[in-house]
Amino acid sequence: MDQEKRIGVFVCHCGTNIAGVVNIPEIVEYTKTLPNVAFADAYTYVCSTPGQEMIINAIKEQNLNGVVVAACSPRLHEPTFRRATERGGVNQFLFSMANIREQNTWVHMEMPEEATRKAKDLIRMEVARASKLEPLEAKVVPVEKAALVIGAGIAGIQASLDLAASGIKTYLVEKEPSIGGNMSRLDKTFPTLDCSQCILTPKMVDVERSENIELMTYSEVEDVSGYIGNFDVTIRQKSRYVYEDKCNGCGKCQEVCPVSRPNEFDLGLQPRKAAYVPFPQAVPLKFTIDMDSCIKCDLCKADDACGELEAIDFDKPDEIVNVKVGTIIVATGFDMYDVERKEEWGYKVYDNVVTGLEFERLIGASGPTGGKVIRPSDGKQPKSVGFVLCAGSRDQDEEDGAKPYCSRVCCMYSLKHAHQLIEKIPGCVPYLFYMDIRSFGKAYEEFYYRIQDEGGKFIRGRVAKITEDPITKNLIVTAEDTLLGEIMEMEMDMVVLASAVVPTESTQKIKKLLTLSNSPDGWLLEAHPKLNPMSTTTDGVFLAGMCQGPRDIPDVVAHAGAAAAAASIPIHRGSVTLEPIYAIVDEERCGGCATCIGMCPYGATELTHVDSKLIAHVNEAKCKGCGTCGSACPSGAIKMQHFTNEQIMSEIEAFAQVW
Amino acid sequence: MADEFEPNILGILCNWCTYAGADLAGTARTQYPPNVRVIRTMCTGRLDPAFVLKALSLGADGVLVSGCHIGDCHYLAGNFKARRRVALIRKLLEEYGYDRERLRMTFVSASEGALWAEVVQDMVNTIKKLGPNPLKQAGAAGQEGAIADEF
Repeated sequence: MDQEKRIGVFVCHCGTNIAGVVNIPEIVEYTKTLPNVAFADAYTYVCSTPGQEMIINAIKEQNLNGVVVAACSPRLHEPTFRRATERGGVNQFLFSMANIREQNTWVHMEMPEEATRKAKDLIRMEVARASKLEPLEAKVVPVEKAALVIGAGIAGIQASLDLAASGIKTYLVEKEPSIGGNMSRLDKTFPTLDCSQCILTPKMVDVERSENIELMTYSEVEDVSGYIGNFDVTIRQKSRYVYEDKCNGCGKCQEVCPVSRPNEFDLGLQPRKAAYVPFPQAVPLKFTIDMDSCIKCDLCKADDACGELEAIDFDKPDEIVNVKVGTIIVATGFDMYDVERKEEWGYKVYDNVVTGLEFERLIGASGPTGGKVIRPSDGKQPKSVGFVLCAGSRDQDEEDGAKPYCSRVCCMYSLKHAHQLIEKIPGCVPYLFYMDIRSFGKAYEEFYYRIQDEGGKFIRGRVAKITEDPITKNLIVTAEDTLLGEIMEMEMDMVVLASAVVPTESTQKIKKLLTLSNSPDGWLLEAHPKLNPMSTTTDGVFLAGMCQGPRDIPDVVAHAGAAAAAASIPIHRGSVTLEPIYAIVDEERCGGCATCIGMCPYGATELTHVDSKLIAHVNEAKCKGCGTCGSACPSGAIKMQHFTNEQIMSEIEAFAQVW
Repeated sequence: MADEFEPNILGILCNWCTYAGADLAGTARTQYPPNVRVIRTMCTGRLDPAFVLKALSLGADGVLVSGCHIGDCHYLAGNFKARRRVALIRKLLEEYGYDRERLRMTFVSASEGALWAEVVQDMVNTIKKLGPNPLKQAGAAGQEGAIADEF
């Protein structure tokens, strides 16, 4: 540390992003006057190959021992420049970055003088910090050769199958009694009209058969600790009150069960028993006893039911399972927007107003009517059906919880519903009330033309009001046809609300467990919206499917595959490099007061005896580097590496040198 | 313009929420006053009271600490501890003769770029009302005998 500090500063134009606002030559000249700065220059794109070469060459030619780049956010390019610094022969932790784009030129675009002054200040502060930085060695730790996938809809299924196929032991956790998620509720899929179950169930069966997948249904992740490569996961396997190894799926318990309650899988459109499987193709085909509605009549245990299989045990407790994994994929899917909050459409007030997902069950071959479309009020076949698109999507009304985003699937599934109606009920006319038809995918636009040709009616306008004829139970739909510029009223036999998709509640729980973030729309936040949509800011945690944002099945499958590939990389490499940003204790200064113990949320600080003295010790593996202990230490004995008091104080002093 | 008091405010932002939110304000080109100079820490839990006192003793007109919303901390509870510290330091500031409003803690998530712009604007307005750091007015900022030496 006694060695003379020779810092090189590289100011990036970022094309015109930075240079278009601030005075770069003035900044460079100023930088040269700063203490410890041995070299300063600017370049169009410092992140480019010649830009990085410039850093490497300057390190060698100018004999630099510290590097500062003034450019974009360190959250974007710090790794790039750290590598360049290392390649130049200087320890990568002797690099520091001044954010003069995101937090300067982009937010003070009309204030070139002020932005130039701010850039100088920020560079001066980073140079001061760089003068105090210390070389650190990154830590390499082994990676557990297993992965966890949370949620077993099509996203979680696809991700698990891909991980398993690449030889990785995969724990697939699903909170419902069966895997399959929302896709298993669908009848046909747009635009190809494949039967949803027919393409999904083979994958579900593959999951069950895969040697590398350990399926945990009716289970929830309760706790996650550790870090990339070494996560400790606690899973609660809720009791089915049925021994899975003894149940053969014969269904006799269901036959004799006298209890009847709405089946959640069918959105309550048909009943199920207290002993049930959600749907016939369920995987695993193991029965569950819903203890909230079970009356403990013991009929299911009788000789003519489960009998000597003895699979049913009302006292079977929940089981807690602990597993170790290297990486985690979150695939917690979506829920439907509660369209009841849009009172003008009369959902749950008028019998014949249903949601898109309910219509899916009504039209589905495995649904309550066996695929015969009837309207709920009287069981008659509808001859005119209105479809309200963007029901809760593309809607700025915050009061009723509507979403400003496009849900991306409603246009297409409504077109598919229209097609199915025309096909199943001769003479039935579907009326689609739309804002714009978003048929952006492969063969989607062609499908839209097809429905137009088949006789679907398209009315461009939002439905303002739905009322009911109390005698016929027909619905009167009021909307503005914006193409004709007229208010119109039409009588329909039935109305389907294409409700928005929204993040699930359980996603919020997982978010907290894994310290993820939300984007403004409430979906989980990706590491980068374009270039890294399957990663998160928590290393080793990845996103698959709708939990990251609305997308249709092909996009979900692609996203899940990408997440599986990303999650398998650390596992196949076998080791990961961890930032050496952890706290260390100066044993001389530590008085053993234990203040730091209460500060650490990870239990990384502990008291130990060194010789006869009681002092604090930080467990490097457990420490995540927040620095909370260091700021509380009364004797200044805890050093938060890379964010030391000395480093931060030097920044503050440099900040204050302006006046 | 030149005569109007332009505050110098130190920002101490956590890497995961507010620093990312401030980056988002940039990506969205949300404009706000150029009075804040930001120090990035991994967590607001890193906030040592000495940082605030040092900055003010050297003449900073205000200190803005900002992290994740309570319950959303990347390190579980660092922001919670920072909030408690800030509450105490604000009391302490009054002992030193500073207005407690010179130190503020806000909670801005990674997705709240627009909120960060509002927070900065609001802080700048507050400090403009309070006027320059009283030490600077007295010409004592950073000088021998000022409280700087203690920290």
